[in-house]
Amino acid sequence: MSKQEAKHDGDIVAKPLRHPWRVVGAAVLLLVTGAFIWSLVAAPTINHEVIFKYLFDPMILQGAVLTVWITILAMVIATLLATLLAVMKLSENPLLRFIATAYIEFFRGTPLLLQIVFWGYLGIIYPHIVLGLPFTSVVWFDQPTATVISSFAAGLIALSLNEAAYAAEIVRAGILSVDKGQAEAAKSLGMGGWYTMRRIVLPQAMRVIIPPMGNETISMLKSTSLLQVIAVAELYTVANQISSQNLAQIELLVVAGFWYLVMNTILGFPQRYLERRFGRGFDGHSAPSIGKGGLNGGHV
Amino acid sequence: MADMSKNPMVRAEGVRKRFGSNEVLKSISLEVAQGEVLVLLGPSGSGKSTFLRCINHLETINGGRIYVNEDLIGYREVHGELHEMHPKAIAAQRRNIGMVFQRFNLFPHLTAVENITEAPIGIAGVTKAEAQERAQKLLQLVGLADKADHYPSQLSGGQQQRVAIARALAMEPSLMLFDEPTSALDPELVGDVLEVMKNLAKSGMTMIVVTHEIGFAREVADTVVFMDGGVVVEAGKPADVLDNPQHERTKAFLRSVL
Repeated sequence: MSKQEAKHDGDIVAKPLRHPWRVVGAAVLLLVTGAFIWSLVAAPTINHEVIFKYLFDPMILQGAVLTVWITILAMVIATLLATLLAVMKLSENPLLRFIATAYIEFFRGTPLLLQIVFWGYLGIIYPHIVLGLPFTSVVWFDQPTATVISSFAAGLIALSLNEAAYAAEIVRAGILSVDKGQAEAAKSLGMGGWYTMRRIVLPQAMRVIIPPMGNETISMLKSTSLLQVIAVAELYTVANQISSQNLAQIELLVVAGFWYLVMNTILGFPQRYLERRFGRGFDGHSAPSIGKGGLNGGHV
Repeated sequence: MADMSKNPMVRAEGVRKRFGSNEVLKSISLEVAQGEVLVLLGPSGSGKSTFLRCINHLETINGGRIYVNEDLIGYREVHGELHEMHPKAIAAQRRNIGMVFQRFNLFPHLTAVENITEAPIGIAGVTKAEAQERAQKLLQLVGLADKADHYPSQLSGGQQQRVAIARALAMEPSLMLFDEPTSALDPELVGDVLEVMKNLAKSGMTMIVVTHEIGFAREVADTVVFMDGGVVVEAGKPADVLDNPQHERTKAFLRSVL
């Protein structure tokens, strides 16, 4: 109730409560922040010209674009896979439950960096990717691993598969948050299990799923920097390559850090849109949108 | 009104149901004729809601048989042996049986009209235009034609329950189950919902209603069944069961609710 409301005759007129410690706190915060920024600006060890020179360097920008692409692709693949895993884990089929549980345990139980290196060096373990009938000589497809799985693909696979394990638990929590009466009502109308999941349960689960998935997306954007170990030309790898030549390590870390911060800030916008989209019908105050989400909308 | 010349709409034979070691239905047998309105009365925990949920296989029964339209619910019987049914076949059986819940269970992310058209379009394969036309008629029937584009959260409890009835009717079921449809409503909203149910009964719909509304039972029911402790204590015409109960348990229950 911080909004200023118009005063009516006879309303209580009271002196507002004072908050002196807020003013003190703000002053201290300003002082500390200022001192920190000044220490960076004035530091003779940091070459500011190098920072500004590389901030909009085409190589850096290309790296940043690739980072965004990997983040988006990995999150899309991970979310689809996670939904499948979550449904499997909640299934009454014991085999599906076992597969999902084992997958989640395995990919959460080993370090992401290790998984990235594994996919990057897959060609050493399996020099050829062969598709055929096992234990016979029938072969439909046989290619060297390195030509099928580039370092980009290896990185994307590693990040997607790992993220799917975490996201699966988020999706599962979302599904469990939906009232059981919803699935019962769907059943009583003759809807099958998968239809109920897709049209009734998941759309409602999205409200619970989206905020933590926003978290995961931010985390993913930063995790792409781990792909440096298998030489995917994303932002951190590029910054690292440049600094290994001009030896301006700190300056290029500042450049990379700046772009990570900018990209993560921008990533917050679609989240707000999605939260509104899937929040429809859940707050009693929004007016019915006739023609938009009403008679003509909805059924895809 | 009930038509006894045809096959019964519902036939329950010795239905038993256990939750763990707790036997909630102890051999329930009853028949509901086409067009009949049967009201199930009984104290809470008597098993009446459980029995209702067995009829559309929301609960699996442990013994006996339930037939709807001479169709065995939940199982296939081959040479005297029961086989579990595929979920798809069970879903198909449920399309013929509408259900209205105590807590409405409308889909909160869909508007009133979308709640009604979802199953006809997605499951029964009705075209969108036809489903929407039918939904408008159903909304008119329940007196909510002007609320088509409201979300459930924008409707009162009584309005939500009437949309829920319209939603169940949209699949054109031949049997309607009502599980305490007015128990979660504020007293002043109960009348509108009962009115819709009365009109539905007049139109010849076969209905099984679990309720505590004795007035509704007296006015609308063809048969009143009183259940207690998982058994049918007594059944008969409303005038007989409600005004001249034979069993002590029925008398005690009626004294407590009237």
